[in-house]
Amino acid sequence: MRTEFILSAAAAIQQAILASESELESLDREIGDGDHFINMKRGSAAIVDMRSELADLSPDAALQKIGMKLLSTIGGASGPLLASFFMAMAKTAKERETDSLAGIAAAFAAGVDAVKQRGKADVGEKTMLDVLIPVANRFQTLTATDASRDEIFAALKDAAQAGMLSTRDLVATKGRASFLGERAIGHIDPGAKSCQVMIATVCDLALDRH
Amino acid sequence: MKKFVNKVDDMLVESLSGFAAAHRDLVALHLDPNYLTRAQKPQNKVALISGGGSGHEPLHAGFIGYGMLDAACPGHVFTSPSPDQMLAAAEAVDMGKGVLFIVKNYAGDVMNFEMASEMLAGENATVLTSDDVAVINSTYTTGRRGVAGTVIVEKCVGSLAETGADLATCKALGDKVNQRTGSMGVALTSCTVPAAGRATFDIGDNELEMGVGIHGEPGRRREAMREADAIVGDMVAAILQDFERSDHKPAKGQEILLLVNGFGGTPLMELYLLFNSAAKVLEGHGLIISRSLVGNYVTSLEMAGASITVCLLDDEIKRHWDSPVHTPALRWGR
Repeated sequence: MRTEFILSAAAAIQQAILASESELESLDREIGDGDHFINMKRGSAAIVDMRSELADLSPDAALQKIGMKLLSTIGGASGPLLASFFMAMAKTAKERETDSLAGIAAAFAAGVDAVKQRGKADVGEKTMLDVLIPVANRFQTLTATDASRDEIFAALKDAAQAGMLSTRDLVATKGRASFLGERAIGHIDPGAKSCQVMIATVCDLALDRH
Repeated sequence: MKKFVNKVDDMLVESLSGFAAAHRDLVALHLDPNYLTRAQKPQNKVALISGGGSGHEPLHAGFIGYGMLDAACPGHVFTSPSPDQMLAAAEAVDMGKGVLFIVKNYAGDVMNFEMASEMLAGENATVLTSDDVAVINSTYTTGRRGVAGTVIVEKCVGSLAETGADLATCKALGDKVNQRTGSMGVALTSCTVPAAGRATFDIGDNELEMGVGIHGEPGRRREAMREADAIVGDMVAAILQDFERSDHKPAKGQEILLLVNGFGGTPLMELYLLFNSAAKVLEGHGLIISRSLVGNYVTSLEMAGASITVCLLDDEIKRHWDSPVHTPALRWGR
């Protein structure tokens, strides 16, 4: 993992979030309170704005700084959850190599674990974890095989998509949609959707770079 | 969307600046990170800090001042503030007796205050408010929401803190008041988050949302509009049923505080009508309304609707409710 890639990913994510405005807004209006897109837009813009500060940092230091920035700019539940993800990923990236895909997969998994702990949630609760956990598992499994880079990133995109769609039929037990009970069934979770968008964007970028 | 706006992105800071200017004798505004404190720092008491998304005004900044909060952290509209705001506020108001965070129970608020609490070097504790009976609690869910009852918690703990009580005692009173308080809300219209520009939910002219939260998030069920007494009857019944399931079932003759809180778009005339209706039902159950409050205290932008809150009083809660308070939104006794 290189800092240059992180910066490209941040710029691509910002564009992808902006392009998902109407979808994220309508999902959040259905089962949330209508602020998710605005918060994600503010957070991704803040990261892109600090490009020059990040450019000369090591990947782990850049990830740490991104986490701190998201913590102070997003607010809501997404702020601490995404911040916990990047800060834990930074910690692992500092402790071990992340030049290999296996190393990146380990850092990603550490980030997902931090989200689980912060949100006290797990798979099946109609949250971003329904995307993150399957993607983390798939990433670690595949990097232990001789799957090609292209195969891995294509598989991660599929896992994110399937995870996102799986939230449609779930009752939420965490987050604001949990107040809805069964009325949340039939609606995709907006946090799962934005996570899927971000993961798909990074995977596309990785596939392009190949 | 038809609102008083210059630039949507500037709304929050412009509103906070106006609030601070209008109440400069009581509060001071600090920007980037955003928080508000009392204009004059008191001494030798537990520091009470609350905060949450904006759009609920006067909650929380309107309750900064003698007998209530020491600081408040406003987030963006309906979005939890972030830990840097809470840390800056804590550093500004800590008087060496510890910091008590009063937090409404929403996933975002809880996580942000939790991270601030972990990062804060000094002694601190948290009271989570969860008075909304519309949400059936379960160990597997986020749990009940903190709504209008939060004002009663902030008032009572604020009073106790002024006496110099320690952190653990303040937290214990906050938890007690929260447990003895139940609220139920009804929305007649939606609200519009300025940055979103359109209504958070669609609701027909002849519909109401029973059990609505304070962010326009849906409640227990969508119902046909009815006369006020029938709506109030259901709201009060939900609160009383919740008390029946709790450890403190009210006996006949139990004194209560009845709070009728407007969500921002319902006139006082109707709020008093609701109070009249709720009082009759509650007195019919043998409860004695010995304290009351009617007005817009925990709002949801311009949403039409109201919540009813019942707090089961005891001598301690009554004493702290009655004690002097001097804040922009609540003032008596001095």
